[in-house]
Amino acid sequence: MSLKRKLLTSLVSVGVLMASSAYAADDTIKVGVLHSLSGTMAISETTLKDTVLMLIEEQNKKGGLLGKKLEPVVVDPASNWPLFAEKAKELVDKEKVAAVFGCWTSVSRKSVLPVFEESNSILFYPVQYEGEESSKNVFYTGAAPNQQAIPAVDYLMNNSGVKRWVLAGTDYVYPRTTNKILEAYLKSKGVAAEDIMINYTPFGHSDWQSIVSDIKKFGSKGKKTAVVSTINGDANVPFYKELGNQGISAEDIPVIAFSVGEEELSGMDTKPLVGHLAAWNYFMSIDADANSKFITEWHKFTKDDKRVTNDPMEATYIGFNMWVKAVEKAGTTDPTAVQDAIIGISVPNLTGGYAAMMPNHHITKPVIIGEIQDDGQFGTVWETSGLVAGDAWSDYLEGSKDIISDWRAPLSCGSYNVKTAKCSGQNF
Amino acid sequence: MTYITRLFVVMLMVILPFNSSSFANDETPSDFVATLSGLTSSNFKTRTQAIDKLAQSKDKRLAMVINALLNSQLHYRKSDKLIAVLSEKNSKEYAVAVLTGEKLEVIKSSEWKKVIISNSLRTTLRDSLAMIELNDEDADVRKTAVAQVLSQIDVGQLAFLQKRFELEQDDEVKAQLNIAISTLLLKKNEGDTLSLIAKVKDSVNPSVRQVLAEVIENAKDPEIKQLATKTLAKIDQRVSRYAKIETLFFGLSLGSVLVLAAIGLAITFGVMGVINMAHGELIMLGAYTTYVVQLWLPNLIEYSVLIAIPLAFIVSGSVGILIERGIIRFLYGRPLETLLATFGVSLVLQQLVRTIFSPLNRAVETPSWMSGVWQINDALALTLNRLYIIAFALIVFSILLFILKKTTLGLKVRAVSQNRAMARSMGVKANWVDAMTFGLGSGIAGVAGVALSQLTNVGPNLGQAYIIDSFMVVVFGGVGNLWGTLVAGLSLGITNKLLEPWAGAVLAKILVLIFIILFIQKRPNGLFPQKGRAAT
Repeated sequence: MSLKRKLLTSLVSVGVLMASSAYAADDTIKVGVLHSLSGTMAISETTLKDTVLMLIEEQNKKGGLLGKKLEPVVVDPASNWPLFAEKAKELVDKEKVAAVFGCWTSVSRKSVLPVFEESNSILFYPVQYEGEESSKNVFYTGAAPNQQAIPAVDYLMNNSGVKRWVLAGTDYVYPRTTNKILEAYLKSKGVAAEDIMINYTPFGHSDWQSIVSDIKKFGSKGKKTAVVSTINGDANVPFYKELGNQGISAEDIPVIAFSVGEEELSGMDTKPLVGHLAAWNYFMSIDADANSKFITEWHKFTKDDKRVTNDPMEATYIGFNMWVKAVEKAGTTDPTAVQDAIIGISVPNLTGGYAAMMPNHHITKPVIIGEIQDDGQFGTVWETSGLVAGDAWSDYLEGSKDIISDWRAPLSCGSYNVKTAKCSGQNF
Repeated sequence: MTYITRLFVVMLMVILPFNSSSFANDETPSDFVATLSGLTSSNFKTRTQAIDKLAQSKDKRLAMVINALLNSQLHYRKSDKLIAVLSEKNSKEYAVAVLTGEKLEVIKSSEWKKVIISNSLRTTLRDSLAMIELNDEDADVRKTAVAQVLSQIDVGQLAFLQKRFELEQDDEVKAQLNIAISTLLLKKNEGDTLSLIAKVKDSVNPSVRQVLAEVIENAKDPEIKQLATKTLAKIDQRVSRYAKIETLFFGLSLGSVLVLAAIGLAITFGVMGVINMAHGELIMLGAYTTYVVQLWLPNLIEYSVLIAIPLAFIVSGSVGILIERGIIRFLYGRPLETLLATFGVSLVLQQLVRTIFSPLNRAVETPSWMSGVWQINDALALTLNRLYIIAFALIVFSILLFILKKTTLGLKVRAVSQNRAMARSMGVKANWVDAMTFGLGSGIAGVAGVALSQLTNVGPNLGQAYIIDSFMVVVFGGVGNLWGTLVAGLSLGITNKLLEPWAGAVLAKILVLIFIILFIQKRPNGLFPQKGRAAT
């Protein structure tokens, strides 16, 4: 079956190759956009598609790249994980794009990974994720757990004196891995097992009564309690509504979320949420020249001055500018050359600092904690003093403690065990 | 909107007496001004210090400043750092300067910056506000203030509480104060522990339980230890009894949501036998109707839900009739084709909403009369919106039952569903009845959408989340039986909530599904199968 399919796909791709070689020599550089425009993830991903289109338009106004115009190729994987792989293949093999910007969920990224590795092309992934991965062909411009989850917990522990922890998440890979890392981290800081409550709910969970009531009881034991939420997408609205209804305010039990940004808040009645927290690397409310310029352009591009910006948009912005700079440095869009050139490249971020691409294909970011305001924006209450470099392999998990990733020669390895001095040989 | 006007009244009450009154002795007005100016600092630490100092202040304007801070209305002008309270009236913003009481009208909000505070500061502020409010004229305000003080278990407030206790006239507040004072005394290990324990034995407040647990841990006297242990056990027993009532309430409320979502389907699927996969999208249309109503009538948020109910019925009902006349009537007797066609309709409706309203969720506000809790005691509080939704589900159910059993339309619907040919030969216009029945079921789905807009996301995917549950309830209850739908919905809700505490939300859902599959194997016609000729 799989052999047959492989044969078929290679036959098809050879055919496509021959057919498209006639067009390959024209004077545009194709850029792939792989975000769901329909289905459940459309809610988050359409914004990123628009961001890439805006960035491409601006780059073209500046005269394009290497003297050529950029040409976006937008496909719709429709929130369907296998379709992500098919569409990625279409972009890489048929359209011959120079780089792809795309994916949101971890499962979609895992689904396209073999495609990019097989054809050695480039994917920029702009969303915070659970780590434990470093591929030669993927550049992770969103936050790794040490750039979001761990500083958030530190903040609550040191600045709010939180002693009891509820780790609440949706039942899939990102919350499960993040909570595993957080649990190990909390225990390493001396938090007892009975002071940690872990709770998972299905996707789109809408009846939070019992869980919120449990959290209330868990928090009434005299120690300051906080909820660390990796609850995803649609389930957040009923969760916060139930918190508000049961009279739990942010002063009693603050909730710090890793998946609630400005865009999610724009679909919520934010009055009951004031004071709950979120940890990101960017807020729309940050006072920086680069940021206000970006917001103005975004409003102009979308012709809607109410549209908000968010963290994955900033990650897309950074990723795109890094790619542009790397291509200019390499003088070609050839993936191997770009992969070599991009490490060490540093571009301005939107919070008034710089982001640099590390050898493990993650970037440096500031970590910012904000409280939700009643206008749906975040007010910054804490910020790391310097930049934090993304750590692909968590230092708090048994299996990944000794693993590092470095894609520079001579190591060129995504998962190198420093104890056994061996590269696992896996491609990610 | 209302809290702003309410606040405005509070503000006026605070500002007016101030103008003529003098300051507290140990603090000069200029101190207060200096502390306030610390709030405009961009450094978070300076702001924290300013607020800590502010909380100690005895200035009369303090309550107003704190209230404004807590409601995030305290702003300062970027140009000259003038501190003022920003409010909105008739959708025009205006500012009232804190220090002078001067009113500035027609202002540009971009010239002002909000004083941002954090949770820990908010707690500090709320505590000092509680100390001010302990002397409030309104007994209810005093009661919440006592509860706030008790929740912090700060022995530093003891003297203040005792002074207040002497002055207090209201019996309820006095009882609350008594418990708070006794708890703090226990915490401080002062006075006669045995009589203090006796004083707090009727309270189920978490602070009391916590202090009692500390007493047990530290007690050297076996008599004290025994009494404290016994009291705590009794309190815990009562708390767990309340927890059971709470679980039952949660189950009923989940059940009532299921009933609401399924009851329209009980008509279209149950009575007519049409497998309508677009049922969830009809619910979604109802929820969007609520959103549109709030968009059109931004000044009537309080009544928006009530206005939306009939509108949602009309919108979803007419879409339902359109679907029936346009598609389903050509497919009667062909369930598989109906299923596929209506599934297609559901996708069309979803994408239509995405195109019109954007794929993002829309924010639907909750009217103030629907938010909050009915606090029965410290251990048991029922959320108001859930109570309303339980009542609403029962009302919708009774109306539907009335329509089907007591009206001519109901009679015709039952006649057509039992024997179409016979009904037609008796002069019933079967086509017309089909359209009306489908419209009724769809309209009810729209009404359910209004209720759901208060609980969950209003977005294009709203319907998908409820379609499976709806079919489950109708099949479990017995196709064609409204009572079956009610009993099935409520019992599934309660079962789910009973399972959730020990199985977790994910497993509880799976267990309920397995139970239904097994049940349907045993009794394919559900809880209340139709009897007689209608069953065939």
